Amino acid sequence: MNTRPPVFPSPATPPPIARPAGWASVLLRPQFMALLAVLAVNWVLFPGFFNITWQDGRLFGSLIDVLNRGAPVAILAIGMTAVIATKGVDLSVGAVMAIAGAAAAVMVTSGVPAWLAVSVALAAGLVCGLWNGVLVTFFDIQPIIATLVLMVAGRGLAQLITEGSIVTFSDPFLIFIGTGSVLGLPTPIVLATLLMVIAALIVRRTALGLLIEAVGVNRSAARFAGISARTLLLLVYSFAGFCAALSGLIVAGDIRGADANNAGLWLELDAILAVVIGGTSLLGGRFSIPMSVLGAVIIQAMNTGILISGFSPEFNLVVKSGVIILILVLQSPYAARLVQRKSAAPTSKGRQP
Amino acid sequence: MNRSLRPLAATAIIFALAYAAAIWQFPGLWSTRVLGNFLTDNAFLGIAAVGMTFVILSGGIDLSVGAVIGFTTVLVATLIMWGGLHPLVAFAIALGVAAAFGAAMGAAIHYLKVPSFIVTLAGMFLARGGASVLSPDSIGIKHAFFTTVSKTYILFPGGGRLTVIGGVMLLVFLFGIVLAHRTRFGSCVYALGGSETSAALMGVPVARTTILIYTLSSTLAGLAGIVFSLYTSAGYSLSAVGVELDAIAAVVIGGTLLTGGYGFVAGTLIGVMLQGLVQTYIVFDGTLSSWWTKIVIGALLFMFILLQRVVFSATAPRRKVTWKA
Repeated sequence: MNTRPPVFPSPATPPPIARPAGWASVLLRPQFMALLAVLAVNWVLFPGFFNITWQDGRLFGSLIDVLNRGAPVAILAIGMTAVIATKGVDLSVGAVMAIAGAAAAVMVTSGVPAWLAVSVALAAGLVCGLWNGVLVTFFDIQPIIATLVLMVAGRGLAQLITEGSIVTFSDPFLIFIGTGSVLGLPTPIVLATLLMVIAALIVRRTALGLLIEAVGVNRSAARFAGISARTLLLLVYSFAGFCAALSGLIVAGDIRGADANNAGLWLELDAILAVVIGGTSLLGGRFSIPMSVLGAVIIQAMNTGILISGFSPEFNLVVKSGVIILILVLQSPYAARLVQRKSAAPTSKGRQP
Repeated sequence: MNRSLRPLAATAIIFALAYAAAIWQFPGLWSTRVLGNFLTDNAFLGIAAVGMTFVILSGGIDLSVGAVIGFTTVLVATLIMWGGLHPLVAFAIALGVAAAFGAAMGAAIHYLKVPSFIVTLAGMFLARGGASVLSPDSIGIKHAFFTTVSKTYILFPGGGRLTVIGGVMLLVFLFGIVLAHRTRFGSCVYALGGSETSAALMGVPVARTTILIYTLSSTLAGLAGIVFSLYTSAGYSLSAVGVELDAIAAVVIGGTLLTGGYGFVAGTLIGVMLQGLVQTYIVFDGTLSSWWTKIVIGALLFMFILLQRVVFSATAPRRKVTWKA
């Protein structure tokens, strides 16, 4: 007699959702609903929320401000999305922001031309990302821990560069990156949008996105399928480092100084949160760069809402944690099972004679 | 020598060498005073690191530790200064709150099947936010009990002092060692870290163990918060920022494998002491700036992770043979 219990094979992760059918279905996603809800609450609290004015050759208004303040996290989230899609995580982006800002600030104050300082800062970000990538691929260390090394040491390195002080600068190009405007839009928004469009086109119009997803689902399987997983991971972590450096330049340009202690502090967590809100699976294999950017905008809209509603900014953290918990519950297997049961019930009834 | 003892031995030897080198340069470091201060100054870190050791042994991670410490200091301060409670009552309430908090996180990790770092990240936001909602400003604690505790110590020959909080840390380490290596719960934690599926098939109560692990970690973080409030005589929502990273670093430097399943609570003590040594050395030197602490700890972390890789990959093929014998 066969004593073995029957085995029902089931996939470890639910199959990825099919590509969006059209604009209507995209706009009906919960993220857009959430953003609309947050904006509506802001509008109720502050009736002038949607007013946008044209002044001194650029746009002003709360909505523009939300996008502008959200840009650094959005840029971080673009890089973080790629990393999380490979089943990794990059905790060092905040520290890399500090390093890039410090490098650029110290160079321009010592007379180096701004374009060179910016290139060096971006290159420093790439190198930091590459270091993370090497730890993850060649030493096979879990991403959380591999990037933890740079998270701990990176801020020390940034302080080493600035020698412990806040380096202020008045270089017009760096300030332009942080607070300037292009065609009426603040530069950070333009940079974030450009980066988002380019990154989304590269991953979706070439096979790169598919390869990243393959590595995220199962690295060994991807390798056996002929994907060079190591090169891909190096590329993804370097990209995250580059994004962090760009974000660091914006933050430094915004305050016209490099603060090694506080630049980008805890922003890695905001970036991860933005990615999670955007619906990218933390287990790898399913990602969307524009949705992560949307997640960053939602976070910033909440921040702004809390600020204009007169609550103390401390409530931010409580609200954020509430949002994470809500999303985790919605993404959990239990919720998925509930949804499946509801949608599966009518079809199974209809099929059975 | 037992193969799994190697990382611990490596850590102990490196600590001994580093301490010897430091003494060779600054003979003043070789005194019971410095050793006593090691214990007092790192007491909260050590207590939190014991909890972290269990979490990492089980293959998880707890990012909420620093925030729970900060929250506990504020809670204790508000209960004593505004609520007028006796410190011991306030301590009991704070420990209860921390334990419930940890249990909730453990339950979320197990039942929602979410990676531990994202749940504890939410926990971190919640605890920090909760602390700043309670009181955004620092609250000084003035109570006879606090003065008595901070003045109580055992004097060593040579002028060293074992303060109450240093003693509490040593007791917590003793408790952790017994719990990890001599109880059923400890074995369950190791089994869970080795492989959750195998542990479940072996009959380890995965749900209960997971919840207990995070309850333990948060309770110890709460205790660390109490110790921190005794150490600083204040409650502040932004205190102990980043302690979770120091605790993780201490655990890793102490030879616990990040993938879970291997490690010793005693190693964590050495990890904490090594970090204390780096800080004390930088203070003694005087010419080095404080940021070197971060760089050196980062470098140590990197070195030990590499060491783990080398030790374990070099001996992996022989593992089966040693187990059969």
